[in-house]
Amino acid sequence: MRRHAPALALLMLVIGGLTAAVVLLIDWFPIQAAEQAERIDHLMWYLVISSGAIYVIVISVLLYSVWRFRAKPGDESDGPPNHGNTSLEVAWTVLPAILLGVMAVWAYLVVDRNEALAADREVIEVTAWQFAWEFRYPEAGVTSGDLRVPVGRQIDLQMRSVDVIHDLWVPEWRVKHDVVPGMTNRLIVNPTRVGTYPLICMELCGVGHAAMRSRAIVMEPDDYEAWLRNAQREVREEPTPPPAERGRGEDADGGVPPPPPAITDEPDQPVIPPTGPGSAGE
Amino acid sequence: MATHAPTHAPAGHGHHGEVKPLWYWWKRAIVGTMVGTVFAFAVMFFFRWAFGFDELYKGQPYAAAIATFASLGFVIGIGNFDWWWRYLRGKHVDYEDHSLHGARTFRDYFRVNTDHKVIGVQYLLVVLFFFVLGGIFAMLVRWELAAPGHTIADGETYNGYFSVHATLMIFLFVIPAFAGLANYILPIMIGAKDMAFPRLNALSLWLLIPAGVMLSVSPLFGAFSSGWTAYPPLALQGTTGQTLFNVGVQFAGASSIATALNFLVSIATMRAPGMTVWRMPLLVWANATTSVLVVFGTPFIAGSQFMTMFDRIAGTNFFNAGQGGDVVMYQHVFWFYSHPAVYIMILPGFGIISEVIATFSRKPLFGYRALAFSTVAIAVLGFGVWAHHMYVSGMADWLRVPMMITTIIIAVPTGVKVFSWLGTIWNGKLHLKTPMVWALGFISTFVIGGLSGVFLGTLPIDIQLHDTYFIVAHIHYVFFGGSVFTIFAGIYYWFPKMTGRMYNEKLGLVHFWLTWIGFNATFFPMHWLGIQGMPRRVADYDPRFADLNLFISLASLGMVAGTAVFFYNFIYSWARGPRAPWNPWRSRTMEWLVSSPPSLFNFDAQPQVVGGPYQYGIPGARHAVVFAGEEIGGGELTETERRTILVVASETVASATLLDEIRERAHEGVWRFTFVVPAEGREHRAAERRMQLALAVLAAEGVDASGTVTDGSPILAVQRVLAEEPAQEIMIATYPTGTSRWMAQDVIDRIRKISDLAVTRVVVTPDDARRPVTSDAVRQVAVIANDTLGSRGLLQAIQERADERPLNAVVLCPLSLDGPGWTDEAERVRQEAAERARVTIGQLERAGIPVRGEVIDRGPVEAARIARDDFAADVVLVCSFRGRDHADDVLPGVERAAGGAEVEHVVVDAEAPTAPAGS
Repeated sequence: MRRHAPALALLMLVIGGLTAAVVLLIDWFPIQAAEQAERIDHLMWYLVISSGAIYVIVISVLLYSVWRFRAKPGDESDGPPNHGNTSLEVAWTVLPAILLGVMAVWAYLVVDRNEALAADREVIEVTAWQFAWEFRYPEAGVTSGDLRVPVGRQIDLQMRSVDVIHDLWVPEWRVKHDVVPGMTNRLIVNPTRVGTYPLICMELCGVGHAAMRSRAIVMEPDDYEAWLRNAQREVREEPTPPPAERGRGEDADGGVPPPPPAITDEPDQPVIPPTGPGSAGE
Repeated sequence: MATHAPTHAPAGHGHHGEVKPLWYWWKRAIVGTMVGTVFAFAVMFFFRWAFGFDELYKGQPYAAAIATFASLGFVIGIGNFDWWWRYLRGKHVDYEDHSLHGARTFRDYFRVNTDHKVIGVQYLLVVLFFFVLGGIFAMLVRWELAAPGHTIADGETYNGYFSVHATLMIFLFVIPAFAGLANYILPIMIGAKDMAFPRLNALSLWLLIPAGVMLSVSPLFGAFSSGWTAYPPLALQGTTGQTLFNVGVQFAGASSIATALNFLVSIATMRAPGMTVWRMPLLVWANATTSVLVVFGTPFIAGSQFMTMFDRIAGTNFFNAGQGGDVVMYQHVFWFYSHPAVYIMILPGFGIISEVIATFSRKPLFGYRALAFSTVAIAVLGFGVWAHHMYVSGMADWLRVPMMITTIIIAVPTGVKVFSWLGTIWNGKLHLKTPMVWALGFISTFVIGGLSGVFLGTLPIDIQLHDTYFIVAHIHYVFFGGSVFTIFAGIYYWFPKMTGRMYNEKLGLVHFWLTWIGFNATFFPMHWLGIQGMPRRVADYDPRFADLNLFISLASLGMVAGTAVFFYNFIYSWARGPRAPWNPWRSRTMEWLVSSPPSLFNFDAQPQVVGGPYQYGIPGARHAVVFAGEEIGGGELTETERRTILVVASETVASATLLDEIRERAHEGVWRFTFVVPAEGREHRAAERRMQLALAVLAAEGVDASGTVTDGSPILAVQRVLAEEPAQEIMIATYPTGTSRWMAQDVIDRIRKISDLAVTRVVVTPDDARRPVTSDAVRQVAVIANDTLGSRGLLQAIQERADERPLNAVVLCPLSLDGPGWTDEAERVRQEAAERARVTIGQLERAGIPVRGEVIDRGPVEAARIARDDFAADVVLVCSFRGRDHADDVLPGVERAAGGAEVEHVVVDAEAPTAPAGS
């Protein structure tokens, strides 16, 4: 082993350099537009660096062995009958376990903080159907096709689906959650950056899945209030009933799953009828 | 194509039942399918009518019933249940009936076969077919994604493409490919004659075929388009394609469970004496573990698909949220199988890689026990991680962190495996043959898939990456860079064993590099796409991803090219590759202790396991030995120590008596034959021809024989050959005592004395020595000649042809008599012709060419007809002297009369006839 160490170390440096270049020169992450994004990216960097190191070790040893231990043509002899090395085996079991242990604790803390509820939060009701989103601001009684939120305030999305499973994702926020029929699912996000971001349905929901996109528009609080007031006024001038008016599920606090919403006698009929192929496979 | 023509069958394993033609079984299969269809329709109609349903005809219930019963009809019709049905009715059944066992021609691969080797090959052919089909769907996916917007398909059709692609690749390629490889190799590896339940084994294969057909044809009936995960409520909206998926998965699952049970029982009960669990090769460990996963896990996906199907056809509400069903419940049940399925798709691959890496590193596996334990650990933990697919699904929040912890614990044994393989190649003697290159390539790609798996197992990271292209990258790094690479490593590694032929090493490497480069160029960029925000399962995407998607679509063509090279190599080498020795890789496990391909029941004698499977570098260490029975001298059987019988014969070498004797000995399976033909001063060339004919006949029957012609006496010849090559026995063929010159010289006793070996004598009568042997390896050549008989030119022409390829000659002398045949004149002509024919026959016999002759009253055309009908001639030679022939008048008639035989015109220069010296 000792006589192999210098050459192997050199090879690791070369491959490590190449790996670092791939990691650093390519812009891997979308911009961070929420508090959640920063925490997740930190953890992601930890993972990138530790798995990069493991990758470099594995590939270097592999390439070095191929180069150095290749049998000469006609060499029919066997290698040394080495059945194992206990301390080495313990090391390569324990070291990854420690890396993973650190990661697990860190991941728990990230999730815990990312989902911590603030006392003051903007509740927005989200309704998804094949293949569109609708965002309702219950206090103002306003609905919108885009998700408009104020910056610097915690947003609490209460999401419901009227047909199949959908999934709301804003890549720049690093948060995502399924929208499941029969349940109210919650998504917590603290936007930190003003801008317009894509809002994408991530769960295969049928023929129009790829087109089920909307926008998440993060606004300055003043602009947001202004927009909300303006929209409220428009609603008063020509009132339209909010779509998919159904019993609201209770708020779920902590880790207890919310009870399924009471099933009303009124069937779940979306305002926009499903446009999928055939309604029930018959 | 090579077939598993068994070179021998041990006594007591004869075929009992009648072997029926192929068409009989397929006729039954077609009838069975039709009966199943009609039966399903009738039952469904009766049921709906009897219970007063409003809609008598409703598509999906009929589709489900027909798919089920037509498939069952096919499986029954093709003959899987015949034996059991006889047994159930209390009829006489023959437990030793092996009529469905083994393949003699390629046709035997297309019927129900109970030989695990044939089933293994059948599996591989079936799965490679679906690999191509699944690949075509993948290319359609990449075509659609080559540019944003709709390129070739609308959303629904596109959803069908990737759903069918994933389903075929998972259920019809990766899972059964491992079952197929293990089917062939595993019983031999544990020293067994077959699997524990050969008939169940056959059923497993045939259940797969309706499953494959159902999943493949679903795009024609309203695509199955909810993804291979088929989440309701979306799955409840699908049409017939979705129903076919629900039913098809049941058949694939039943096949999987049956195979797994078979493996478990075989491994538990049929290991050779001495094979303790710590002497089991890692492929056996891997398959035992995988089988447990299959047996426990598969019923869950069956349940999930049954419930979905009943929701769709029977109005149940398992997963119908509006009616009290639980959508998330489906995902729990589904992933309770489908996460262990990930390990079902990779653990056997780990086993293959362990075999390949140890063999080609010439080193014991580094940490054999750690590798075995980690396999078991992965399997046990594999059942505790399913909900990591559901972090964002709306399941109970508290479940996420425990699932994350179990998930990342699994990374530890997986890492142990990779490090152990590296420890094995370190300091080894690496032979970079194709299987090894695939194995090392597997490490290079699988490590990326494993590490990206840690990303996805980490809860907050998965919340970002879930359902993005990062998942697509990860799943392909694990299934393609992982499972598929190991499948190719396994196919190349065992190709010589399975086909008896060597593949082309260069093409194997071309296949690897095209695939490896194409694979990485295709899937690595997908990580970036996913993190940046491209969702999976979309036909259209953000235009800013257009360039990279086009690049990916082009790069995927590299894998197509690689696969084309693979199929060329696979088919060409199987048909024409050089013959493979028993153990081309100098491996230690038991499948390499038997011939390539192995004989009907694998082992010529009971193998005995005496050590671990990877004892490379330890002097004298063995994994297993096979001892021959006492009656053939005991002793260990290996290819290098295969026992040799010297066959000493001169004029009798091509006689039926001697060849029969050799065949009988060859059936013991352990003998190779070395012919020693002493020319004793007579014509060397003639002895050579006789011997070549005998060798050609034996080679065609798969008997391992070679030989030399030597000058000098038989005693000198034997001495010379024994000095170069040890032999265990000598067989001497002579004429009967009295006629035989050798017996007069006491040759047998003298050889016994000088060699100190057992000598057996085979007595061949002179008539028998002259009688031509019939065999596919020997051409029947009819010589139609009259005037030219006895000429040197004719003799030369026949000799030349005999030197090209062994032949039996038939001399036919057409007299073309005009008048009645009973006159004295006719009789005189006949006598003269017969005399000339005798001259030629004598010449040919002395030249070592077996020959018969006949004088025919009628013309050459009639002679040609006789050549075809009575002598089954392959070649007809029409001979005439230069200048005085009317061959042009005769030849067309001869050609017509000769039927399929090749007709040649031989022109001989006129000369003085050679002195008659015939008998």
